[in-house]
Amino acid sequence: MIRAPRKTALWYAAMIHRISGVALALFLPLHFLVLGLAIEGEAALDGFLIWAELPIVKIAEFGLVFLLAVHLFGGLRVMALEFLPWSPRQKTYAAAAVGASFMAGVGFLLSAAS
Amino acid sequence: MGSIDSGSQPAANGKLEIKIWRGRAKDGAFSAYQVPEQAHQTVLDVVTYVQRRIDATLAYRFACRVGMCGSCAMTVNGVPRWTCRTDVKTVARKGRLVIEPLRNLPVVKDLVTDMAPFFDKWQAAEGRLQATSDREAEVATIDPASPERKAADAGVECINCAVCYSACDVVTWNPDYLGPAALNRAWTLQNDERDGGKAERLRAVTSDGGCQNCHSHQSCTEHCPVGLSPTASIAGLKRMATRAAFGRGPR
Repeated sequence: MIRAPRKTALWYAAMIHRISGVALALFLPLHFLVLGLAIEGEAALDGFLIWAELPIVKIAEFGLVFLLAVHLFGGLRVMALEFLPWSPRQKTYAAAAVGASFMAGVGFLLSAAS
Repeated sequence: MGSIDSGSQPAANGKLEIKIWRGRAKDGAFSAYQVPEQAHQTVLDVVTYVQRRIDATLAYRFACRVGMCGSCAMTVNGVPRWTCRTDVKTVARKGRLVIEPLRNLPVVKDLVTDMAPFFDKWQAAEGRLQATSDREAEVATIDPASPERKAADAGVECINCAVCYSACDVVTWNPDYLGPAALNRAWTLQNDERDGGKAERLRAVTSDGGCQNCHSHQSCTEHCPVGLSPTASIAGLKRMATRAAFGRGPR
């Protein structure tokens, strides 16, 4: 079986979009689990929120914000590709989506640090 | 001997180390050959040298040698290419070339693939003009500046080499997928004002293996030897299908 010729920017963009989507789907039940803590009582939720203030958790949350943003911006690029008149600058848009997502993550970290 | 017989010139800088796939897809194997390196040597020159000077049983396909017929495409160092227009120097790694048949097509023998599935899909995508006039009619006057003609022109120079079909992930994942070349052809016809089969063709290219399968990886565009963008054509078909779903005509 001959392997597909990949390693192109837009193939990576498609993979980032898919993997971020799966990762967010896995994250969602955990998110609801935490929201469920609020129903159990204040102490349980507060315990979690104190844990969430740890720097290592904040860094993990940076990853989460990045995943959310990259899936959002990447999805907008795909929708624009499919519904708007064709633009040949797809690599530029994919790079912009990753850049904007990174900025969103950094913005989150800065606001968490202040 | 014509210019493709690279053995007719003296060796310049040593030997190229060539590995060529021999046999069928399942029970085949690579064979190693040494070919004299030459200036301005194409990959097709190398394969021809092996066939004419080393092993006459090597099967491969070519015709025009100038990038027009689309019959000499092979996988060269993992990438699908038109071998007659690929200079060895641009693709060899330390003088080494690994030459295989195209992906996504049945291998007949060695470097020859069975192109039937590829052309069957052209037919399945209604990739032929449905004439609305006969030979007695006046020659149609087409405005070259119209948006439709410009859209058709952008995709019309396809040479049917199947490099895009070989590069496409979706063709590998879904054997029913019509593929970039057939859909690109369908798009050019959807923009041809002489054509009378647009409704049928739109149905054909939006069926199970149709344009909506495309994941827009753009491997077809990346590897197309004549610089077309089948992804742009497929995106055009998707827009056309969406407009049709809302009861609106093509744009």
